[in-house]
Amino acid sequence: MPNAEMKNRAELMDFDTALELFEPVLGFEVHVELNTKTKMFCGCANEFGSGANTNTCPTCLGLPGGLPQVNKKAIESSIRLGLALGCEIAEHSRFARKNYFYPDTAKNFQTSQYDDPICHDGSITIELESGRLVTVEIERAHMEDDAGKLTHMGGATGRIQGADYSLVDYNRGGVPLVEIVTQMIEGAEHDAPEIGKTYVAAIREIAKALGVSNARMEEGNVRCDANVSLRPRGSNVLGTRTETKNVNSLRSVERAVRYEIQRQATVLAGGGTITQETRHWHEDTGITSAGRPKSDADDYRYFPEPDLLPMAPSREWVEELRLTLPEPPAARRKRLQAAWGFANLEFQDVVNSDLLDAVEATVAAGASAQAARKWWTGEIARLANAAGVAADSLVTPAQLAALIELVEAGTLTDRLARQVLEGVIAGEGTPAEVVDSRGLAVVSDDGALIGAIDAALLGQPDVLAKIRDGKVQAAGAVIGAVMKAMRGQADAARVRELVLERAQAIE
Amino acid sequence: MTYLTKLSAAALSELLVSKQVSAVEATRAHLDHITAVDTDLHAFLHVAGDAALDAAAKIDARRAAGEVLNSLAGVPIAIKDVLATQDMPTTAGSKILEGWVPPYDATVVAHLRAAGLILLGKTNMDEFAMGSSTEHSAYGVTRNPWDRDRIPGGSGGGSAAAVASFQAPLALGSDTGGSIRQPAAVTGSVGVKPTYGGVSRYGAIALASSLDQVGPVSRTVYDAALLHDVIGGHDPLDSTSLTDSWPSMAAAAQAGLTDGALKGVRVGVIKELAGDGFQAGVTQRFTETLALLVAAGAEITEVSAPNFEYAVAAYYLILPAEASSNLARFDSVRFGIRVNPASGSLTSEHVMSATREAGFGDEVKRRIILGTYALSAGYYDAYYGSAQKVRTLIQRDFAAAFSQVDVLVSPSAPTTAFKFGEKLADPMAMYINDVTTIPANLAGVPGMSIPIGLAPEDGLPVGLQIMAPAKADARLYTVGAAIEQLLEARWGHTMLSQAPALTPTEMFASKEGAV
Repeated sequence: MPNAEMKNRAELMDFDTALELFEPVLGFEVHVELNTKTKMFCGCANEFGSGANTNTCPTCLGLPGGLPQVNKKAIESSIRLGLALGCEIAEHSRFARKNYFYPDTAKNFQTSQYDDPICHDGSITIELESGRLVTVEIERAHMEDDAGKLTHMGGATGRIQGADYSLVDYNRGGVPLVEIVTQMIEGAEHDAPEIGKTYVAAIREIAKALGVSNARMEEGNVRCDANVSLRPRGSNVLGTRTETKNVNSLRSVERAVRYEIQRQATVLAGGGTITQETRHWHEDTGITSAGRPKSDADDYRYFPEPDLLPMAPSREWVEELRLTLPEPPAARRKRLQAAWGFANLEFQDVVNSDLLDAVEATVAAGASAQAARKWWTGEIARLANAAGVAADSLVTPAQLAALIELVEAGTLTDRLARQVLEGVIAGEGTPAEVVDSRGLAVVSDDGALIGAIDAALLGQPDVLAKIRDGKVQAAGAVIGAVMKAMRGQADAARVRELVLERAQAIE
Repeated sequence: MTYLTKLSAAALSELLVSKQVSAVEATRAHLDHITAVDTDLHAFLHVAGDAALDAAAKIDARRAAGEVLNSLAGVPIAIKDVLATQDMPTTAGSKILEGWVPPYDATVVAHLRAAGLILLGKTNMDEFAMGSSTEHSAYGVTRNPWDRDRIPGGSGGGSAAAVASFQAPLALGSDTGGSIRQPAAVTGSVGVKPTYGGVSRYGAIALASSLDQVGPVSRTVYDAALLHDVIGGHDPLDSTSLTDSWPSMAAAAQAGLTDGALKGVRVGVIKELAGDGFQAGVTQRFTETLALLVAAGAEITEVSAPNFEYAVAAYYLILPAEASSNLARFDSVRFGIRVNPASGSLTSEHVMSATREAGFGDEVKRRIILGTYALSAGYYDAYYGSAQKVRTLIQRDFAAAFSQVDVLVSPSAPTTAFKFGEKLADPMAMYINDVTTIPANLAGVPGMSIPIGLAPEDGLPVGLQIMAPAKADARLYTVGAAIEQLLEARWGHTMLSQAPALTPTEMFASKEGAV
């Protein structure tokens, strides 16, 4: 019987074999951190990156006598998120205390929701790369406060094992979260890993489109717990599930689900049993390891939070909020791809680079979709990458649209336009101003070009002879010399036309 | 200046406003009296003498400069140690908070400072307000000024004893199941539990969030009203705080002093809060007071509150359940004492466990265990769930009663002050002592205790509890002040003027000034 803990991936049953023997059943809990100005239950700033324990007060530090006050904006964001997930908004909702001791939880209970979550019974449909549509049912989306952050000191690994002591930063303690819990997802089959990735991506995209969260997975704004269980083919009894916690990138969600399917299949096929437990995902080694055993007997002693009044969001308010919902991201993507006429790969490139908004705004500012795409995913993305910043922080869509207009009017070549772009990024002004100040415009005066062309032709009589003989490809050498003489500030196509013309004309 | 300590807050206020007495003089008189008597009584856990004198000097300066201040400005007050004070240790009577000075003031404390009251210090209490005798304080007992071998009530025994022994004219208490009213009753003072939500709980160390309420302790009904007006009102930091605007309680108390204030007032006597278990002298004084009310034109009706029978049982599920969660934060991580385990590794679990083991007293542990059990999966419905249903039934009993009468009355406590140790070994006997006061907390309605005489058999104070519908706190003050006036007219003196002298000088001083 194989050990339940794989030391490395080599011992794993391969994915296809696992799927032949077992049917995977999935479930996801996604935590979305809201981007409210202040915390869920106090007036402290909800801010990433402040000095340790500076955004704290008696309430979020859990000091004796501290009391919670609900942040209305957080409720509003939760309702909007719920509506975007197709949820019902509860007429009566209340907070509950989830009691457990842990040093990052200042009150030693989390203020969460239990019986009466604010949002329930929704669904979203996601589209896989194959075109398969999968509807994920949402059981509930409830509000809760985040825990502080522990840093384990003195150990080699930064983990709690082997640490000498731990530091706690409560700045994150009390930050509002919405936890979105799916129903069981059955029938995922080979798509299970992709469903995990695509579902979390969809939640992230919706939260971002709503503006309720910064939705940056790398900053922990969106965190996923993935539940996986396997049942043998032909059985209708659910297997024991594991919950892999805090999987914090889309790729990791995909890998973790795939790994858990393979690991559980390996254990089960070897006659072993799966322990109901939380597991940790290890990005580096690509495996999960056992965490805390978690049983249904886990007792958080939930009870209604007596320090807060029950909430009864009025139907009028809910309907007002419904009117503020943006177009669903999936529908928007379909619409934009059709309008722009992008090929799938081109469009994916834009989406994956997080440049949909930028391209859309650039098109709205008058540029062609293809040009906007080419610039954003090409030169601008390259410069942004090199500088380690987001592409849309370098130039505005309006600036880019102006630049593209100059190219299309023939004022700039692509090469000149790249220099103008550098000027714009350097803060030298609008594209037109950079063209002026750097003197980068294409020389469109045929007279100036002809002088240079004649000089080049006469300087290379052999080439001139070849062109006159009809060997037009020989013109390249002359064009190169002319462009060099013009320091690139000429339209190569026009130069070519004139070279052919002048070759016949000059004496 | 000993006579200054004998004055009511209202009388002292008059002298302060008319500048016949300075706040420094009033404060020093009280501090001197504390020095004289409190070594023995131990009402205070902390006395902030220098800070109090500084604050008093500032009030005097402002008054001298012609500033118009709150009428209580310069009047000293004692604060139950359950309330956060940023310049004084705040321990809630527990070892686990020994020496902890909060970085903030409770809202009610901020109100006191803003109104210019002089904070004398922090008063003793049962640990985390769990108890009816102040014997569960980690810092030793407080003695009852009427009989130093007896309890001053609890949990707010310190505040009641401080006021009854003239160490402060006013005090703040907190009442979760009677912790203001029962100590008031057994020390001959006045105590009010306001309507739930009427006074901010922000900065009051929580025992049971849905039951706790901060309120005034004093020697007269009018003084309590003056203090209520300072501490009451909406607080955005307490989500359960009511947004209502409140009438002046002081004006309501004044109204009770007018002729015929009790005429036509419908008074309900709760059938279930009488008879077996009530000390003969308590029942006697209670019955005499009813006769006095009738003579004054009140209409007495007997009303039944059948579900009060289950109140103590429900209370001892709801309170421990909420307390077990509220007290979870005492874990040594962010504040309070830290105790490392004698053996084993220093993991956070082990340190938390060792700290709580050493820092909490037996009664606190008992209730945490009870509450943890009551909230456990599989038991929740049977215990916490059922208790909440009882709570609803008790609220209905009150609603039915208040559809017939204006106020309800009962003895404030079934007995007079008992002796130290008498009920320590039997928690149930201790718990049942709150049978009269608990229903008001479960229903959120306001309740007041006023002294109505001494029980003939032991010569100890007996209290009358008056209860009104939620938000009708003003009614308590009108009726309470009227009854107080009737009784004092009959006795020819105040109740507390009869308390035994605590110091040789007092034996003379007590004859000097009438309260």
